[in-house]
Amino acid sequence: MSDSPVIAHGASEVEHHEHPAYLRHHFESVEQQADTTNFAMWLFLLTEVMFFGGLFTAYLIYRNWYYPAFVAASHQLNIFWGTANTAVLISSSFTMAMGVWCAETRRKGGLVLCLVLTFLLGLVFLGIKSIEYSEKIEKHHVPGFHYSLKSFLDPDSDEAAKAAGDKPLPLDVARHTEVYFSLYFAMTGMHALHMIIGIAILGFMIFRARAGAYTAGHVTFVENFGLYWHFVDIIWIFLFPLLYLISRHAN
Amino acid sequence: MSEQKQQLAHHEPKHGEHQHHVTPPGVYVAIFITLLVFTALTVGASYVEMGVWNPVIALAIGVIKATLVVLFFMGVKYSSKLTMLTVGAGIFTFLTLISMTLADYISRAWGLW
Repeated sequence: MSDSPVIAHGASEVEHHEHPAYLRHHFESVEQQADTTNFAMWLFLLTEVMFFGGLFTAYLIYRNWYYPAFVAASHQLNIFWGTANTAVLISSSFTMAMGVWCAETRRKGGLVLCLVLTFLLGLVFLGIKSIEYSEKIEKHHVPGFHYSLKSFLDPDSDEAAKAAGDKPLPLDVARHTEVYFSLYFAMTGMHALHMIIGIAILGFMIFRARAGAYTAGHVTFVENFGLYWHFVDIIWIFLFPLLYLISRHAN
Repeated sequence: MSEQKQQLAHHEPKHGEHQHHVTPPGVYVAIFITLLVFTALTVGASYVEMGVWNPVIALAIGVIKATLVVLFFMGVKYSSKLTMLTVGAGIFTFLTLISMTLADYISRAWGLW
């Protein structure tokens, strides 16, 4: 963050022209600095696309292989909570976008409000996710030693399976539901981890915004965090239909 | 007077290239509402029996929603050519990798069923 003494010494010999404090010396102009950091942020997001892309690919391949098990397992997800969480996340993206606008137009109060709302909506998302996870834990649908096939071998004993009209699966087919839940927890878990990291950064940003850090013309940090937050939203936009919706009717 | 105004309006975008684009809140509100409508649509569509078209429609709506987020919330529509190229390259690489992988797995047992 701070210049080393050697660099400071070197810089002092060069004619020191006027520039904003946030413009680093290795950039020609504020625009160049903003473009460069924006480009770097997008490159980081591309690595994230490749990371989640691997998970999505694995999901599609296994769904293709173990189709009946994936259909039965996806009937265990609660569409109401999934839809609610989609709405919550889209709202948080909207408040984040408004936050960027507030920073760009130097509205300090508005920025703090938007960041707090985004922070709270992020927490609501995690709260709903934890309700869903605890349901999976109760039903022993978490992959591992305590995994239970009961909902799939005897669908009439399970409310969600019964409502979807599931037929009992043979044991070897039913065992593959564990693959579905492994991918479910891997994908939603990695997504939730991104949310937790985002919420932590938001907490930091709220304090900085209150001190006026982003409403004095230097909005790069808010903008780039916005890109990250919207990216996490996009991941959920694809997770939601793939995990919750597309197997509703396939029997 | 009006000619001068026109000229000014003509020059504005050129000047704007070097300045930071600020997306007005109205655009964000419109995109927000559109995203909510598409969410309702995709949930509604999942309750309609369409066979193989159910996943296709769900993913198509997902792509539309993601495109709106990228273009407007993430501001790619108003960003530099470098950013557009970066985003385009990312999508292209992702689609190439996923389609090649899926083509491999799907064609392994070709003719054996």
